[in-house]
Amino acid sequence: MSLEFSSSEMMSVTAARALTNDMTCFVGIGLPSEAANLARLTHAPDVTLIYESGTLQTKPDVLPLSIGDGELCESALTTVGVPEMFRYWLQGGHISVGFLGTAQIDRFANLNTTLIGDYREPKVRLPGGGGAPEIATNAKEVFITVKHSKRTFVKDVDFVTTVGFGRDGKARDNVPNIGRGPTVVITDLCILKPDPDTKELVVTSLHPNVTREDVIEATGWEIRFADQLETTPEPSAKELEILRDLKARTHAHHASTQSGQQ
Amino acid sequence: MAEFLSLRDAVSKHINNGDTVAMEGFTHLIPFAAGHEIIRQEKRDLTLIRMTPDLVYDQMIGAGCAKKLIFSWGGNPGVGSLHRLRDAVEKSWPNKLEILEHSHAAMACAYEAGAAGLPLAVLRGYVGSDLPKVNDQIKFIECPFTGERLAAVPSVRPDVAVIHAQRADRKGNVLIEGIVGIQKEVVLAAKRSIVTVEEVVDDLGASVNACVLPSWAVTAIAEAPKGASPSYALGYYDRDNAFYKEWDGIARDRDTFQAWLKDNVFEKGAA
Repeated sequence: MSLEFSSSEMMSVTAARALTNDMTCFVGIGLPSEAANLARLTHAPDVTLIYESGTLQTKPDVLPLSIGDGELCESALTTVGVPEMFRYWLQGGHISVGFLGTAQIDRFANLNTTLIGDYREPKVRLPGGGGAPEIATNAKEVFITVKHSKRTFVKDVDFVTTVGFGRDGKARDNVPNIGRGPTVVITDLCILKPDPDTKELVVTSLHPNVTREDVIEATGWEIRFADQLETTPEPSAKELEILRDLKARTHAHHASTQSGQQ
Repeated sequence: MAEFLSLRDAVSKHINNGDTVAMEGFTHLIPFAAGHEIIRQEKRDLTLIRMTPDLVYDQMIGAGCAKKLIFSWGGNPGVGSLHRLRDAVEKSWPNKLEILEHSHAAMACAYEAGAAGLPLAVLRGYVGSDLPKVNDQIKFIECPFTGERLAAVPSVRPDVAVIHAQRADRKGNVLIEGIVGIQKEVVLAAKRSIVTVEEVVDDLGASVNACVLPSWAVTAIAEAPKGASPSYALGYYDRDNAFYKEWDGIARDRDTFQAWLKDNVFEKGAA
């Protein structure tokens, strides 16, 4: 029996499944936060979630609108100052996964949240890097979740706010004291992973009812597919129920507002 | 010892045109009342520093208070862009705004170094990022012991720090609870500081490990109930999320913004 689910639900459930119970995850707001909390409410009840506002081991009942929501602090094991957050907990090596979203991503998983166009004369000025530049290098690995479109998946980002593997795929080579970088990118169409040698993102799994053409059409470079292309498992009824409950609670809590970036 | 002043007198006495001013609050305890007082007193040519410039800086930039912004994430949390900031960066309205852009980790380290009286901060940062190409205040140095390449940024030493906190006692000791952000560091890094508080009480009610700024580390305290609204003060009031969303519409248009400013800052808020 097949369940009814949307492509964004498919994305959230798949992204949640990337987290395991023993991980310590530095969570970005928006899609990563949705996925991380879904993981906590389903298969990974003890996953440790950390937000850059300083909240350690937080268990929000509703998704935060911003990293500073009172909900994060009140449900946390403890809350520390921002310098301690970045210096001891992140740079000190206590974060296993940085979970990030982005405005633009390129074939080497570099992320741009700074601007579209030229730095001095931007077409669109975006909020900027925030915590991401160091989350991406100081966490042991990075998961990325973002909706798939040609506007987002570009061959070369306009600005490398946050490094994936650099413009040549080699930015992490021979750099000491740095994490492995992006290990998986989860979209509403598919799962991508970096090629072990070139570090270029390759589609390893298509979500149910998604074709290769759908992915090609939504990607701004000549996208490659793994030889053994898998089909992503569908969400379970339980996962969908918990995700929908979480979103309904969040919507009611934030009244006329919506969850978005940071 | 901290001096108790009205908000008007605190801003008038301690913030001068041309000063470097850091108003912090990491999405919590944002000093909106103080920002509005700065707008009313028409302070000019300020260099504004803040990790997460949000609505209060959008308002101050739109009102013409700023000539430069040093920041690491400039947006309307959960909503989108800061349109007054964008208008100043992209179209120099109401005046040209120079920007200097960092990451959160670098700014946190820079404040901490400022509080520690050091000239610079080092961090394992900016690896592979384009930010050092557009910000000449990011350099790289070699660790003299291991040879590791590390990022270096100058410490932040503002003329004035402005924060909002829950309480002060009658001696002027200040308690900050909840998301404490970078507030302690910014006060200790600055030459002068203004702390607005929800209330002045006989007893702070601080636990032994509470975040407390002693009176002798603060320049001025001003009582400003709901001084962080529309952001929030843990234990006092919640964030007005609806206003954050509403701001997007108000700030998109110069005329709508100016009308809002006149009604809500210059007229309604005047002491």
